[in-house]
Amino acid sequence: MKITRMTATSLTLVAALAASGTAALAQDLPGPVKARQGQFNILAINLGILGDMARGKADYDAEAAQAAADTLVAVSMINQAPLFPEGTSEMDIDGTRAKAEIWDGWESFGEKWSGLGAAAGELQQVAATGQEALGPAVGQLGGACKACHDDFRAPE
Amino acid sequence: MRGLLGFLVLLAALAGGAVWMISAPDRLPAGEFADDAGGDPVHGETVFTAAGCASCHHAPESEDKLVLAGGQRFASDFGTFIAPNISPHPQAGIGAWSLHDFANALLRGVSPEGRHYYPAFPYTSYIRMAPQDVVDLWSYIRTLPEAESPSQPHEVGFPFNLRRGLGLWKQLYLDPAWITAAETDEARRGRYLVEALAHCGECHTPRDRFGGLQRDTWLTGAPAPDGKGSIPALTPDKLSWSAEDIAYYLETGFTPDYDSAGGHMVEVIDNFAQLPAEDRAAVAAYVKALPEGGIMD
Repeated sequence: MKITRMTATSLTLVAALAASGTAALAQDLPGPVKARQGQFNILAINLGILGDMARGKADYDAEAAQAAADTLVAVSMINQAPLFPEGTSEMDIDGTRAKAEIWDGWESFGEKWSGLGAAAGELQQVAATGQEALGPAVGQLGGACKACHDDFRAPE
Repeated sequence: MRGLLGFLVLLAALAGGAVWMISAPDRLPAGEFADDAGGDPVHGETVFTAAGCASCHHAPESEDKLVLAGGQRFASDFGTFIAPNISPHPQAGIGAWSLHDFANALLRGVSPEGRHYYPAFPYTSYIRMAPQDVVDLWSYIRTLPEAESPSQPHEVGFPFNLRRGLGLWKQLYLDPAWITAAETDEARRGRYLVEALAHCGECHTPRDRFGGLQRDTWLTGAPAPDGKGSIPALTPDKLSWSAEDIAYYLETGFTPDYDSAGGHMVEVIDNFAQLPAEDRAAVAAYVKALPEGGIMD
């Protein structure tokens, strides 16, 4: 009994240490930076679902495709301003590839983000209509990603 | 004593003269590229796209990438190079050039006035271009809009501002030989795109301290020339993507994880996306066939 409790205690301790270790590894990036990186990860995961169907790497599933496209549209509606506060460019902190040009060209940055919304909207229209429609629409969305990254994302 | 001094002066003069001679611009023979009548501007557009001309020569921030006004800045260890105006404007651009001038620039890195160009202009790759592609490219470039903005001088300090020294550099590094072997038509097309037109090695291959590409570590990745970040290796020991993944990346900018390209690679993908699917597949096959660590036999 005593041994069991000790084991449980030490396990809890180990788990707590592991958790804090993970948190330290994830760097202490400011909340807005973590949040914006998270939204891009959500985009990538859902694009992966659609892209793999478009390329025939995964079976086409109209319902899953629609859900993924709906999610892209939802993310595209997130207001970007609070996620890009001053002082969070690649010049200011490690762990981001956001170029300082974002803040110099905020209006242009906003237009590029709207471009993502437009492309996601078109994808939402066609996602459930069949596998053939996915390729061009995913390609167009890729174009919106690149249009913004061209000016505003630094290389690795 | 005076004899020895005189001898040394003579020796120095001879050595100087020899350096002066071997650093002289090496131009194409006068008879080559003399007739620009046979150019096909439609095919020239494909060459233009594959060679990425607009990616460096469009004005910074400009959405119209076919106005080749120049002005983009390229920082390096040797100074900052500023892309010149290569629009067909007769004064500000290259509108007054002949096809022969154009070929000398692309294939030898020599201006119409006989000055060496800095190798930020990738003539070390373009030297492998097919002659007809040069003719076609010239006929296409002449159809593009004129831009009036004059070229700006490069910001390069001593001793790199002595352009004559580039003649010695070219003796070491300007080499028309292919880097890799190619046995099939697809392999030859992939090699032509990677090693000549798209000039992939200019960023993806490490350079030595004189700025020459290290051919024995071909496409093994390099620090970014502007000192920020690095440019990834493409050799199979470092890049595990399938050929289909590579072709899809060149078409859409999506990595296998559906991350999307950033930085200058975006411009490269915009170009590859316009090329036929077979060209992207040929580049993918080339990349998959690279030797581990980039070491050539």
